[in-house]
Amino acid sequence: MSAPTPGQTVGPFFGYALPYGGGNLLVPRDRPDAIRLHGRVIDGAGEPVPDALVEVWQPDNDGRVIREAGSLRRDGRTFTGWGRAATAADGEYEFTTVEPGSAEPGRAAFFAITVFARGLLDRLFTRAYLPDQRSLASDPLLAGLPEARQASLIATRDAGGFRFDIVLQGTNETVFLDLAGDRS
Amino acid sequence: MNETSAPVASSDAATATQIEISDEIGGIVRAYETQTAVESAPRLDYPPYRSSILRHPTKDLRHADPEAVERYGPVFGEHEIDPLESDLTVQHDGEPIGERIVVTGRVTDGDGRPVAGQLVEVWQANAAGRYIHKRDQHPAPVDPHFTGAGRCLTARDGSYRFTTIKPGPYPWKNHHNAWRPAHIHFSLFGTDFTQRLVTQMYFPGDPLFALDPIYQSIVDPSARDRLVATYDHGVTQHEWATGYRWDIVLSGGTRTWTEQDER
Repeated sequence: MSAPTPGQTVGPFFGYALPYGGGNLLVPRDRPDAIRLHGRVIDGAGEPVPDALVEVWQPDNDGRVIREAGSLRRDGRTFTGWGRAATAADGEYEFTTVEPGSAEPGRAAFFAITVFARGLLDRLFTRAYLPDQRSLASDPLLAGLPEARQASLIATRDAGGFRFDIVLQGTNETVFLDLAGDRS
Repeated sequence: MNETSAPVASSDAATATQIEISDEIGGIVRAYETQTAVESAPRLDYPPYRSSILRHPTKDLRHADPEAVERYGPVFGEHEIDPLESDLTVQHDGEPIGERIVVTGRVTDGDGRPVAGQLVEVWQANAAGRYIHKRDQHPAPVDPHFTGAGRCLTARDGSYRFTTIKPGPYPWKNHHNAWRPAHIHFSLFGTDFTQRLVTQMYFPGDPLFALDPIYQSIVDPSARDRLVATYDHGVTQHEWATGYRWDIVLSGGTRTWTEQDER
């Protein structure tokens, strides 16, 4: 086993390097089944984080995990399952995508999310589960959490799709994940 | 576990002196020396880095078994990246100012297997320590021939290679007279979603290491050292560029490696 390379903060100046045109458009906005996934990144004082970067990774509508290139140079047709969005001055991030299906039989569907920010020394993983799924009740991650904390992992449905706020710290802190095999 | 000695009133205050910050760092070092568990990741709760105060989770990370989607990562194709994007010195009409360097190394997983065909992104300050970013107001010159952003894909053996300019150290507002050691930001993907990594590569022998709360947020000295590149005369090119080698190990990776991963 080789020892892992530690992480470091993305810093405040990633804005000219990491975001790119179409990065947050997993599908074109005019696609009939396009939805919006959006929300704010919020710090421990309840203030929006204007220099955060959010990445999303998801299966397609049928729950298929996509193995196609094309996230950097989008052709408008290929769904690759991956997107990247920087937060705006008001802490808001936004993706245009499709509703993910369940990638495993009987399991709840979710968006896998990675969060980076100035002041955040290593990336954080979380999940944004779709609301109103029967399988939420039996989900192994949610079942192990107190009810108040479960809510932090479930997106809310709004007119255009889903809203999912990411709270870095505090009473309503989002549940962040140590996925098996992750660094100690 | 992440107890710290000095409670801090606010983030981004820029009021502390280097001596106060160094004292806080020293207290954390002494506390770490008495514990047995090795920490190979940075501490998310690291008050000497003031911006971390309101931005670290206060609750423990929750263990979850990766599900199907998390056992794969995004795929990037060669057609998506121009080979010239790995040379940060040819993006404009003229030569950037500064010491031209080649930075190369291999990206592997924890078992030493190469991470092939994956995206590596870099960004950095110019030779004077200035970023091309509207919020960088450090009164050092902007270099019209240097943007400081590059991309490449790892080769079959996991290797990556950039040609760039050695970045300068720069002041930041963490505390009075705070200066960051020169560094290049790296963004990496593995074959699993869980392997995503953003980190920074530092240069050997930097006098600012001990003073810098971001570098010191990795409390274990050997883990910290893994962020420092090695000067490699074999990478250095005659009459052209000095060379640095820096290998990167992504952890995670729960899936059995397949031939498909090598594309």
